[in-house]
Amino acid sequence: MSVTLTERAARHVAGFIGKRGKGFGIRLGVKTSGCSGMAYKLEFVDETLADDVVFDSHGVKVVIDRKSLVYLDGTELDYVREGLNEGFKFDNPNARNQCGCGESFNV
Amino acid sequence: MALLQIAEPGMFAAPHQHRLAVGIDLGTTNSLVATVKNGIAVCLADEEGRALMPSVVHYCDDGDVELGFDALGARVADPKNTIVSVKRFMGRGFADVAHVEAMPYVFEATPGMLRLRTVQGSKSPVEISADILRALRQRAEASLGGDLSGAVITVPAYFDDAQRQATKDAGRLAGLPVLRLLNEPTAAAVAYGLDNAVEGVYAVYDLGGGTFDLSILKLMRGVFEVLATNGDAALGGDDFDHRLYCWVLDQARIAPPSAEDARRLQMKAREVKELLTVSEETQFRLRLDSGEVVDLAVSRAAFFEMTRPLVQKTLVPMRRALRDAGLVASDIKGVVMVGGATRMPHVQRAVAEFFGQEPLTNLDPDRVVALGAAMQANALVGNRKAGDDWLLLDVIPLSLGLETMGGLSEKVIPRNSTLPVARAQEFTTFKDGQTAMAFHVVQGERELVADCRSLARFELRGIPPMVAGAARIRVTFQVDADGLLSVSAREASTGVEASILVNPSYGLTDDEITAMLRAGVERAGDDFAVRALREQQVDGKRLLEATTLALAVDGGLLDAAERDVIDAAVTRLRELAADGGSDAPTLSAAIAALARATEEFAARRMNRSIHAALTGRGIEEL
Repeated sequence: MSVTLTERAARHVAGFIGKRGKGFGIRLGVKTSGCSGMAYKLEFVDETLADDVVFDSHGVKVVIDRKSLVYLDGTELDYVREGLNEGFKFDNPNARNQCGCGESFNV
Repeated sequence: MALLQIAEPGMFAAPHQHRLAVGIDLGTTNSLVATVKNGIAVCLADEEGRALMPSVVHYCDDGDVELGFDALGARVADPKNTIVSVKRFMGRGFADVAHVEAMPYVFEATPGMLRLRTVQGSKSPVEISADILRALRQRAEASLGGDLSGAVITVPAYFDDAQRQATKDAGRLAGLPVLRLLNEPTAAAVAYGLDNAVEGVYAVYDLGGGTFDLSILKLMRGVFEVLATNGDAALGGDDFDHRLYCWVLDQARIAPPSAEDARRLQMKAREVKELLTVSEETQFRLRLDSGEVVDLAVSRAAFFEMTRPLVQKTLVPMRRALRDAGLVASDIKGVVMVGGATRMPHVQRAVAEFFGQEPLTNLDPDRVVALGAAMQANALVGNRKAGDDWLLLDVIPLSLGLETMGGLSEKVIPRNSTLPVARAQEFTTFKDGQTAMAFHVVQGERELVADCRSLARFELRGIPPMVAGAARIRVTFQVDADGLLSVSAREASTGVEASILVNPSYGLTDDEITAMLRAGVERAGDDFAVRALREQQVDGKRLLEATTLALAVDGGLLDAAERDVIDAAVTRLRELAADGGSDAPTLSAAIAALARATEEFAARRMNRSIHAALTGRGIEEL
């Protein structure tokens, strides 16, 4: 099982952590809410928890709790620019359908 | 689809709960919009990657409105309809604005704020500023991919209520959810994280394109208070360009330039000035339309020498501000640099020498105000880290108080108190044996409750029976950082307590607030008279009540003649104390008359009760 970052996403994450001045890595997760049942979560990590799995992707530590990993296995996180807006995008092979906004999904 | 940003641990919002917040630096020359993204404050750029937007609005005759860089060209081509530096007109009347005759605009003499006549009709400075803010809002919404839930707009520390109100109105008109206004120097200090720094006094040196401001801020318990501001409204980076331009004209020995050449020389002067910040020497090289060629070597030392008087000029307001604050340069804990012109090394050196310490320069001085505003906005919409205790610098717009007997408003927290604030006041019972007390929380500047706004009512029960005036009920008003008021009442001897939570500004528009403030001032005289009368009425009724009770119990102590005198005084006072019965002085005289008439009676009652208490007791029992 694994979760990866694109090289571009990794570069941005490393940059953000650098500017923030601290942080172990980035946490990906899902929680049950949102218009399609599940919602993504994306946070800085200061400390890992007992239930966490840690991957290394292009030098960035990617932290996921075991429950979320079931829904995120194979996911690639990318950093994209759309017009003036830029940010992270989940490419999740487990997601069967997404709500229009892309912030939530179900499997 | 929505693009995600990284949140602080535990702070990732549920879908559609992202609270987009921006800070806006609405400047005289340039404006910026910033937000906190991935935990870091950043300025939002336009499609061409430019963060600064010139604060210029061009009203075209085809009904279009050009903004920012697009409007710059029209300054020369269509000066009447191209508004620059509109900030100078905010909240100002025609008579307040200096040098109107030198401005290319057609002013309208309207009461209140001035207006400008443009090809698109009459425009107020608020509407023009709203056009600038709208462009920034659209940029932010395009950048962030959603509607904004909050915005903080910065204003100079010296802006008065009218200018602040005008700025807030412009924000609303532009469709921005304005959370609050923030003083520019405070925003700069916030951007540098000084709110988390040691308590003390800080200076903010703001040398912009056309204005210089020096502010002295005092940081106490996370709240910045502006101790003093001073400045020069006609001194800025443009003056440095102008000195260089004059020097070039002098050195190059060229014919007086055409308007077009003069403009190009000025722009080149700015470019050379900026180059000299990073290099020791550069060439001033320009081919003019007249065919002449300017080619001069300019050294940093020469540029510093020719502009030294300008730098010296900024020291005068600095000294004045310090004097106003009653401080000396060594009292200052830190110095923040704001404005592009503070990049010049000799400006930084002069400031360092003046304060005896290196100023803070590591943030972009053009952006630092917008960045601080963005951090404040982000915290205000609730995107703060857990346990992050955020400073808030708002003041309450209207006084908060309680209704007391006679329908009077007793102000507990005066208007303009800085938030958060807590004040307590003691109240007492009005009647003997009173066991409950009703509290009516009101807001406004007027003396009578009927003229103030009612916010909430609650009751305190379980007060032990005591004589009137003996109970001590401590009422505490507390307004937290978000403007939420909680009122609690506590009886001292038993500790019984009651409280209520209200939001004082809820449902009050700014117009209503303004109207209430105005009424408070205009009606101050009437209110005073009414207050005096009500107080006398309350006093009179209390005396009547006590007298009636005493007569019923101890009437036998009086002979018929004495009783007649008291009855007459009671009757007279009862008539006068009724609503509409009299004015305050007459009523006051009647109260005094009854008090005099009952003096002897009161003395006899006192004797008798002492007698009753002592009768039949041995001396050793006492």
